Amino acid sequence: MVDPIIQHDDRYFWDGIAVHRLLIQRCVACHTLRHPPAPMCGVCGSLEWDAQESSGRGRVLTWILSRHPNAPDENARVVVLVELDEGVRVVSNLVDVPNDDPYAEYDDMAVAVDYRERDGVLLPVFHPVGKL
Amino acid sequence: MNGDTIVAGIGQTEFSKDSGRSELQLAAEAGRAAIVDAGLSPADIDGLVTFTLDSSGELDLMRALGMQEVRYWSRTPYGGAGACTTVQHAAIAVASGAANAVLVYRAFNERSGRRFGQPPPRPPARTLDWYSTFGIRTPAQMYSLWFRRYMDDYGVTNEDFGRYTVVARRHAATNPNAWFYERPITLDDHQQSRWIVEPVLRLLDCCQESDGGVALVVTRADRARDLPQPAVSIEAAADAHLGHGGVMYNYYHPDLATFPEAEFLGRQLWERSGLGPDDIDVAMLYENFSPIVFYQLEAFGFCKRGEAKDFIADGNIDLDGALPVNTNGGLLGEAYIHGLNNILEGVRQVRGTAANQIARVDHVLVAAGQSGLVLGHA
Repeated sequence: MVDPIIQHDDRYFWDGIAVHRLLIQRCVACHTLRHPPAPMCGVCGSLEWDAQESSGRGRVLTWILSRHPNAPDENARVVVLVELDEGVRVVSNLVDVPNDDPYAEYDDMAVAVDYRERDGVLLPVFHPVGKL
Repeated sequence: MNGDTIVAGIGQTEFSKDSGRSELQLAAEAGRAAIVDAGLSPADIDGLVTFTLDSSGELDLMRALGMQEVRYWSRTPYGGAGACTTVQHAAIAVASGAANAVLVYRAFNERSGRRFGQPPPRPPARTLDWYSTFGIRTPAQMYSLWFRRYMDDYGVTNEDFGRYTVVARRHAATNPNAWFYERPITLDDHQQSRWIVEPVLRLLDCCQESDGGVALVVTRADRARDLPQPAVSIEAAADAHLGHGGVMYNYYHPDLATFPEAEFLGRQLWERSGLGPDDIDVAMLYENFSPIVFYQLEAFGFCKRGEAKDFIADGNIDLDGALPVNTNGGLLGEAYIHGLNNILEGVRQVRGTAANQIARVDHVLVAAGQSGLVLGHA
């Protein structure tokens, strides 16, 4: 696995993950939410920002089964692009589903955030909610 | 631009999987060939443009080629999406008077050296880090996450992508310059090739990894009559990047089944050239992976959204079709020199010297998703 690169502009995100909180950067001046993080608000230009805790709820926009590109795929994972209810999008993993079915139907599935350790790194992931 | 600059010369090395020589040597060979083709000498070249990813330094190339004085140089960031950006840089430099003759070059040992299809040691760009940690390591995975929604929304299958690949390989099969010369495939061959990202991409949907060098010379249109080769006019050049996008993929647009950067590019190229999709005789469309051709056909208005699969299946992109596409075999069939080899094919089609020459060519679209050119007669 590739560890996340934690830099000045996004340390808050991984600090939040460590305590099981999914944080979204928010402009203090105009309240626009943004992810991935940026040092300046692209709407109003403000450098002031804080972070809002996400509901953790969202839906799958698209997904693939990511098999290890050049080795046997015991570590296959479902990669999803999730649109959170707050409107921002995150790339993450879908868990508690089979990791060997590239023909499953996950588009538009309702999901909720969870936290799982992978290779020693705590990651935000998503699991299905409601009807399975 | 808009006709006041021309491509005066083109040059290249052979395309291989193991060149056996340095990337700088490939750049020098291709560069010298382009300069000679333009009827110029290295001392006449006073500008240089390449990709930020190119390993051949400008000063090293100047020394190798025997260039004397350079007044302008620049590079285009990221990867193949900027293939046509290089020519726009060169054309702007020439049109503004910053340089008289600019050499555009790209050379690498991308198969025998660092392979772009393999995972990089660390994400090459800041935003990619938000994906690679979750298992998006290779370009095939990065693009497939985007392609998947297009397939789902429009009922497009991998077999549909295969129909493009068959055409590209058919064009390569009659192009002696292509790595896959005399090696066409059938749809069944495509469907038998191994999955790279099931059910999106098979091996034969992926561009090649190639060794080679490509170069071209851009100068003023008023010098055309002095040149040994027919001059090819740069009728329009444009870049198209969006603040919430990526490099030839877009995870953040409201409609994931579109390629908004390419739509932006198309609008600019049609406005600047005064032309439209019906005026284009040959389209050279960058394909790192076969599905990107589908998005571009729709984005530029050659067909409606979701209809690229039918447009291709109906034979429109064949050599005798309404819009021959990637007549050299493209990056799947000829070689992957970061898209610059497709610009050379566009030049050949206007000159009338392509291996798979189309009978009447007035205008060629060369597009790399987020950068593009319209080429025509000077």
